[in-house]
Amino acid sequence: MMKNVFVYCEVENQKVAEISQELLSAGKKLAVKLGCELEAMIFGKDLNNISDQVSPYGVDRIFIADDERLEPYQTLPHASLAEHILREQDPQIVLFGATSVGRDLAPRIASVLNCGLTADCTILDIGDHFDKKEKKDYKDLLYAMRPAFGGSIMANIINWDMHPQMATVREGVMKKEIIDPKYKAEIIKVNVDDIVNEEDFVVKIIERHIEQSGVNLKEAPIIVAGGYGVGSKENFQHLQDLADLLGGEVGGSRAAVDAGYIDHDRQIGQTGTTVRPKLYIAAGISGAIQHRAGMQEASMIISINNDPEAPINKIADYVIHGDLGEVVPKMIKYYKKNAK
Amino acid sequence: MRPLKIVVLAKQVPDTRHVGPDAMKEDGTVNRGKLQTVFNPDDLHALELALNIKDRIPGTQVTVLTMGPKRAADIIREGYYRGADYGVMISDRRFGGADTLATSYTLVKGIQRLGHFDLILGGRQAIDGDTAQVGPQCADKLKIPQITYVDQVVDIKDDKIIARRRLEKGVETVSSPMPCLMTVHGSSPACRSRHAKRVMKYKYARTNTELNSSTTDEMLLTLHKKRPYLTIPEWSVEDIEADLDKIGLTGSPTKVKSVESIVLTAKESKILSGNDEEIEMMIKELIEKHTIG
Repeated sequence: MMKNVFVYCEVENQKVAEISQELLSAGKKLAVKLGCELEAMIFGKDLNNISDQVSPYGVDRIFIADDERLEPYQTLPHASLAEHILREQDPQIVLFGATSVGRDLAPRIASVLNCGLTADCTILDIGDHFDKKEKKDYKDLLYAMRPAFGGSIMANIINWDMHPQMATVREGVMKKEIIDPKYKAEIIKVNVDDIVNEEDFVVKIIERHIEQSGVNLKEAPIIVAGGYGVGSKENFQHLQDLADLLGGEVGGSRAAVDAGYIDHDRQIGQTGTTVRPKLYIAAGISGAIQHRAGMQEASMIISINNDPEAPINKIADYVIHGDLGEVVPKMIKYYKKNAK
Repeated sequence: MRPLKIVVLAKQVPDTRHVGPDAMKEDGTVNRGKLQTVFNPDDLHALELALNIKDRIPGTQVTVLTMGPKRAADIIREGYYRGADYGVMISDRRFGGADTLATSYTLVKGIQRLGHFDLILGGRQAIDGDTAQVGPQCADKLKIPQITYVDQVVDIKDDKIIARRRLEKGVETVSSPMPCLMTVHGSSPACRSRHAKRVMKYKYARTNTELNSSTTDEMLLTLHKKRPYLTIPEWSVEDIEADLDKIGLTGSPTKVKSVESIVLTAKESKILSGNDEEIEMMIKELIEKHTIG
C-alpha cells in the first residue's frame, strides 16, 4: 500500500481551523513531491458537510469520527482514534498544528507509535540524506526545519528509520492554497465505539470560557505593535488610534502581554502569531529574536524606540529615535494632513 | 485529602539568550559544557505548583528528577533550596544526544524506580529544545492522563485533581483522576525564592561524582557520612535498567542533519530624530508608495 501524507485537522463548531487548512496545503505540496496521496483525519461532532471545507485543498481521503464526545478536544479519545487510524494507514508523514491541541496530541501519538516528531517547523521539504556511519543513502525524507536555541539557529531535523515522520507547524507559517473547489475526496466514516473505550473519558471538562470572535492579526495589512516600552495599558490607546486611522490592527510583543498591557490573542512572535503585513510599526519594542521571528517578513518596518541599540532597528526601514507618546500623535497629525 | 507524592521533572538548560558559534558540535547537538546554565523557567513554575500543593496538603512529598550531565546537580540543589523534599539525578554519558522520545523513555524508567506517585509535573517546554514534547510523551509511556497548559490547581479531592488550563483564546477547567501528568504554563505563579534555612541545610548537598572530585576536602566527606541525605542520588543506565537501544542518540528517531546560525542582515535604515519635519516627510513617502492611505 502506498504510504501517504496525513494531516490531523482541528475542528470546532463545524469549522475546520485555519491552521489545519494551512497544513493541508503544506501537506499537498509534500504529497505532490513524493508522488503520493494526501489524507486527513477529523474528529468532532455534527460533521456532515465537513469534507466541503477540506477537499478543495486536494485531499484524497478523509477519515471522519463524528461523535459528540469528541468535542471539545480531549487527549485520550483523540489519541486512541488517531493511533488506530495511523497504524492502519501507515503514512510516511503526519502533520499537526502547533496549537494547544496539536502540541498536546502529537507528542502522545509519537510516543505510542515510537516515531520521531519535530515541533514548530517553519519550513517543510523533501530531500535525501547520506548517513556517514551506516554508509546508507536515504531518499525522499521529510526535511523538518525549525528555529532552535531561542531562535538563534535554524536546524534541519530528519528521521530516517523510525517512521512515520511527524511534524507540528504553527499557524500563519504556511500559506493555504485551494487546489480545486470541486476536488473529490473519499470519505471514510470511523466507527468511534469500536475504537474508544471508557478509560478514554476519565478526564472531564468542567468549565470552558473561550472567546469565539478572535482578533485576526494575520489578515491585517497594517499592524501597529507595542512592546514593554509602551509602559501601560492606557498608553496602548495611542497605538489603537493610529491603527484605526490607518485601517490596521494593534499587536503586542510578549513582554507587553506578560506585563498585562495587551491581551495574549494580540501577541506577535514565536509564541504568538506570525504576521506578514505590508507595514509593521513597532513602538517601544526592543525586538528579541522570538519577536522578530513573528514579523520580520513584513514588507515595511518602522521602529519607534528611545534605545538606538534596540535589535529591531537592524531590520527596520525607518528608525525613529523618540518617545512614542510624542511620535505617534505626530504620525496621526501628519497622516490626517496629507492623506487623500 | 491524603498526602500526595509528586515528581517534578526539571531540566538544566543552556541560557539560550546568549549563544555563540562554538556552542554547537559537529553532529548538530548542543555543546552544553560551553554555556551558562539555568533551571528551565517553565520547570520552576512546575516546582512552585508542586510546592503550593504541598502547602495545601501537608505531608505531600516533592521530588525533583532531572536527566542531564553532571553539573545538572545544580538544579537539584536549587530544588532543595526552594522547598523540594528529595532530588534525584539521572546522569550517564550514554544518555547524551537524546531527543524527546529517548528522553521521555529515560525519565519514565527513573520515575518507575522512584516508585508510586500521584502527580508528575513538568514545565510546558524547555528554552533550548522548545518542543513541549517530553511531558506528553512521559504520560503516554506511563499510560496516565495528561493535562497540558496548566496555570492553576483549582482543587484536589477524592483522588481527583481539578486544574485550569490556559488556551489560546481562553481557559478550560478539567478534572482528572490521579495519577496523572501536568505540564505547567509560564503564566502560572512564579516560583518562590530560596528559603534561607533550606540553603543552610542543603548547601553541601553533592552527588558522588562531585564528592569524588579532587577538589573535595575531608570535611565535606565527613559531613556526608554524618548526613546521608546530603548525597544526591546519581542514576546510571544500569540503575534505571534502561535499554541501550532506547536511550541517547541511538534511541532518538529525530536527528539534526544540519544547523545554520541565523545572521541578522542589517537593512539600510533611515534614521529619524522624531521631529515634526522628519515625521511628516516619512508619512508623505509612505503615502506615495501606497503603503498607507
